[in-house]
Amino acid sequence: MQKSLLLGVEAIAQGAIDAGMSGVYAYPGTPSTEITEYIQHSKLAAERKIHSEWSANEKTAMETALGMSYAGKRSMVCMKHVGLNVAADCFMNAAITGSNGGMLVTIADDPSMHSSQNEQDSRVYAKFAMIPILEPSNQQEAYEMTRFGFELSEACGTPVMIRITTRLAHSRAGVTPASDIVAENELCLPEDKQRFVLLPSIARKRYKVLLGNQANFDAASEDSPYNQYFEGKDKSLGIVACGIAYNYLMENYPNGDCPFPVLKLSQYPLPRTKVTKLVEECDKVLVLEDGYPVVEEMLKGFLENDKVIGRLDGTLSRDGELNPDMVGAALGFEVVEGMPVPEMVAARPPALCVGCHHHDVYKALNEVIAEYGEGRVFSDIGCYTLGALPPYRAINAVVDMGASITMAKGAADAGLIPSVAMIGDSTFTHSGMTGLLDAINENSPITVIISDNESISMTGGQKSSAKGKLEDICAGLGVHPDHIHVYTSLPKKHDDVKDIIRKELDYQGVSVIIPRRICVQKNVRDQKIKKALKKAAAKA
Amino acid sequence: MKTDMVIAGVGGQGILSIAAALGSAALDNNLHMKQAETHGMSQRGGDVQSFMRISDKPIYSDLIPKGGADIILSVEPMEALRYLPFLKKGGYVVANSSPFINIPNYPNEEELVKTIEALPNYVLIDADEIAKEVTGSTRAFNFVMLGAASPFIDVPFEYLEEGIRKIFGRKGEDVVKMNIDALHAGRKFSQDNK
Repeated sequence: MQKSLLLGVEAIAQGAIDAGMSGVYAYPGTPSTEITEYIQHSKLAAERKIHSEWSANEKTAMETALGMSYAGKRSMVCMKHVGLNVAADCFMNAAITGSNGGMLVTIADDPSMHSSQNEQDSRVYAKFAMIPILEPSNQQEAYEMTRFGFELSEACGTPVMIRITTRLAHSRAGVTPASDIVAENELCLPEDKQRFVLLPSIARKRYKVLLGNQANFDAASEDSPYNQYFEGKDKSLGIVACGIAYNYLMENYPNGDCPFPVLKLSQYPLPRTKVTKLVEECDKVLVLEDGYPVVEEMLKGFLENDKVIGRLDGTLSRDGELNPDMVGAALGFEVVEGMPVPEMVAARPPALCVGCHHHDVYKALNEVIAEYGEGRVFSDIGCYTLGALPPYRAINAVVDMGASITMAKGAADAGLIPSVAMIGDSTFTHSGMTGLLDAINENSPITVIISDNESISMTGGQKSSAKGKLEDICAGLGVHPDHIHVYTSLPKKHDDVKDIIRKELDYQGVSVIIPRRICVQKNVRDQKIKKALKKAAAKA
Repeated sequence: MKTDMVIAGVGGQGILSIAAALGSAALDNNLHMKQAETHGMSQRGGDVQSFMRISDKPIYSDLIPKGGADIILSVEPMEALRYLPFLKKGGYVVANSSPFINIPNYPNEEELVKTIEALPNYVLIDADEIAKEVTGSTRAFNFVMLGAASPFIDVPFEYLEEGIRKIFGRKGEDVVKMNIDALHAGRKFSQDNK
């Protein structure tokens, strides 16, 4: 078969299409976004009418994927690690209902926080929910394990997590596709018509089913072709290499001649026989894993078996993404750096694009806020988060999707009046609407700025669920029409905008200001597409 | 046959098209390749890099170890220096001399040039200017850069031309020709000035 050059995330997407998946559900988030985008652009996915529209948030995505699984079809939900916090309610309970059609929960973690606010490890979540995890180490495995995951999900009647990290997500390699493509499942309701009804009486039974299923998950891990034990002559050290960490290990042995026994681990729960063999036959056990010391902690235990080494005893850094040098140093190799970085090299942080309308919003906001005193602007997740950096330094909090509005309300409740929320259009429909309802119900003195650029811009201009709906949503929730202001955001309106902000900061109730202008990047892309379509039409 | 290369630049400069042409060339000639890149937040004008690895043997790590890169190809002069810890002894820095200034504390340009010229192996090339001269616009400056790095890449030069044909083929012969001309101009400069 012809190899294709695919990112890790694209390999998962192609693997899912070829495995007969009927729908992908997702909200964009680095490093997971391109899974869904790849499916949106796939010819086969279009022919098969595979669902790939964006969801409003990760929770709605997870629930919809579960609904598709209920109906007997294969579904996948994908998101970045912090998205799973949003979807956690459904995720935990989907382990109790179990799946009907195969269901994959694909999570892209971001150790070292390249584009995130924390480096939480989703394997902890899967362990919490007591479901199996697949953690591919390269692009080819990512492709194959997606199909394998659907089969495992259907064999065990449970959702299965695929866990990757940024590096595999955004690294490309040649992938050989399968020689056959699986047909989609037919519509097929679960035999047990009650098992998705989590009334306590049923949930207790379903929980016992999940507990009983653990032995099957264990057996699947023991037999998994993705958990391989490589014998080694030198038993002074044994190595557990989880997922992509295996590559960093082997990078230090370019001829494949690692002298130590190695357990290459890509399927959880931990395969007990293989792990026991390694621990018993080796003097020390080094655990290599990207993210939290999940496996290390399990092996080490509360009583601190000092045979087990890794991130917890300082052999490896406790935080941050692994790399070949860190692993090499842990194995006793000398790391030979090139030349040092000259002092003149300045940091180049990301910044708002030239011409972006968030500039105009922050300029006006900063000038007005100066009249009231600093420390009262709560912001949110999106391009406008960059307003925290110079030159604006305009915002005082960024925590999670939607927290701007609710934190502003809490601060106002505490007496910080006026308090301001600065949120984007898609973040507002993702998780801001419910918080706004709280504020409306108590007529809290907050001013909410929904800086509307008509797209999900930070992740590449995906379609925003909010498009064309914002003022209606706010009015529908109950914001008084006199305190909803919508305007086209342009530098020349600077003084008028300041007047609007000042007026609403003085109002002792909920106001919403919606500056609107399309994202400059999105606009360029849209114009290109328009031009291409026009050209094509002219040709025809 | 093995080349490890750090491709560096600023988000939005299009370093990924260089990697795409190389990757496609490697794959079509049955070489192993891995190419790790930066997405997300840094793409908004921050520093970005791509680790490109090509070999006739299997490649394990998506990341290049420190002191392991044969080449640093940078489409911007200051960004070339950021990755010096990754450069192998004897490795080449191939840098575009046109700065991309989007920060207030960008270093003094003369000193920057001096620092690059003090490196043991370097090619400093005005890729924007050469692209303009050869193709009439600066658009293809990325492939002037790839051409300038090509003498140090352990992959037959024809493969790179094929790679460009493949990734730009859809856009028509004019675009292919523009980028291949840029590739040749960059290579010639490098051979004359290395």
